Amino acid sequence: MKPYIGVLALQGGVSEHVDMLKAVGCDTVEVRRPEDLNGIAGLVMPGGESTALIKLLVRWNLVAPIRTLAGTGIPIWGTCAGSILLSSEISEREHRVDQPSLELAPVRADRNSFGRQVASFQEDLIIKGLEEPFPGVFIRAPLLFPLSNSSEILSSVSEGVVFVKCGNIWLSSFHPELTDDTRVHAMFIRDAVIGS
Amino acid sequence: MSFIRDDGTWKVKTGHARMLKGGVIMDVVNAEQAKIAEEAGAVAVMALERVPADIRVQGGVARMSDPDMIKGIQAAVTIPVMAKCRIGHFAEAQVLQALEIDFIDESEVLTPADEANHVNKWDYKVPFVCGATVLEEALRRIAEGAAMIRTKGEAGTGNVVEAVRHARSVLGEIRKLQATPFEELMSCAKVMGAPYELVKYVHENGKLPVVNFAAGGIATPADASLMMQLGLDGVFVGSGIFKSGNPAVRAKAIVEAVSQFDKPEVIARVSAGLGEAMVGINISDIPANEKMANRGW
Repeated sequence: MKPYIGVLALQGGVSEHVDMLKAVGCDTVEVRRPEDLNGIAGLVMPGGESTALIKLLVRWNLVAPIRTLAGTGIPIWGTCAGSILLSSEISEREHRVDQPSLELAPVRADRNSFGRQVASFQEDLIIKGLEEPFPGVFIRAPLLFPLSNSSEILSSVSEGVVFVKCGNIWLSSFHPELTDDTRVHAMFIRDAVIGS
Repeated sequence: MSFIRDDGTWKVKTGHARMLKGGVIMDVVNAEQAKIAEEAGAVAVMALERVPADIRVQGGVARMSDPDMIKGIQAAVTIPVMAKCRIGHFAEAQVLQALEIDFIDESEVLTPADEANHVNKWDYKVPFVCGATVLEEALRRIAEGAAMIRTKGEAGTGNVVEAVRHARSVLGEIRKLQATPFEELMSCAKVMGAPYELVKYVHENGKLPVVNFAAGGIATPADASLMMQLGLDGVFVGSGIFKSGNPAVRAKAIVEAVSQFDKPEVIARVSAGLGEAMVGINISDIPANEKMANRGW
């Protein structure tokens, strides 16, 4: 049976994740309502604007159901804004922010950590578990500061951590869904969804 | 071991636009409005001196915004800040890049600076969005380096009819090109005045290589839902919010409508109790030489 994976679809890079998950052999559902979470074996929270996304998660009553899902051990992977939504603390490069989140991973996400859009970049990454470098795409990306020793760091750039695993919660500050390289999606499905 | 870092690439420009999908980008003229927009759930704000409705009424030459005003808005919000330059005014575009604006709108809402040429958008690290009324216009802008396309609509009218016309035209022509036999594509490119490679891309993929947003005349949650259901990727709202009776409430309602655009019961709920919408203008009441959508080609 194909793994059945939800993609949060309130705003952002949704179709790109759906296409990648299908390419690695998954069935997918776009999650806009709590009932869309029924029966999923994993959840992907895409990039977008984290300030808009957290408001929509609250508005459409998805906060508690996603927390419950995480508590039952269902793997959740957030990319860019998705990783910010999953972090326990949020800071921002220039501004003081008081932004709520799902608080599912002991990580401080520093928003726009590299700067504004002019500082967005591409850089190949060494990722633990992948043999060859992976094309990293960073767009107004956060840096991730793990707050617990039990977190497993999967990749870093010179400024800090960009890919970390906290139990069943995976955070990446870059966008594998914007490349045509399916290895990170395949790794999430193999290690977190099927392996768990 | 470290690898080469590349910035300002096509991937990070078009990727930024992709992350705005399913979102609402709001026109704001000061830091307070920007905060209201962010608080309502906007994915970005467009910093400009006057909203299109006021440009239309007050007339005169409409230019790039004052850098101080742009900096004030950048200091007020953490979401992307966009700003407009005049069509073909590459010096304004250079200034906006120096201000580290997140996206530049080369916009017909401002008075054009060049009637023949648009900005060469490949020269910039900052991505550009451009308006298009028909497919060939969209493909020309993409060939010049635009990382995002939007309908032109007829800005500042609160009347969605022109945005619908442009959306139906672009999406209809895409469907037509998809069905066109391969050997006719070169002839299509010649007739359209659009680059062959992009014509071929649309034929093969059934979509533009960049996201396509709605803009111009969107004033209500139902307007936003209409544009999303027609197949566009997100929505710009200009005068529709801050020219209405209760901007904060209307802004939030439009954001919520876009996130659940295909659920009429949601649109019905968020459309209630919004106060006065902006007063609209009938397109037939606008003299042809005052139509903004006719600027650029």
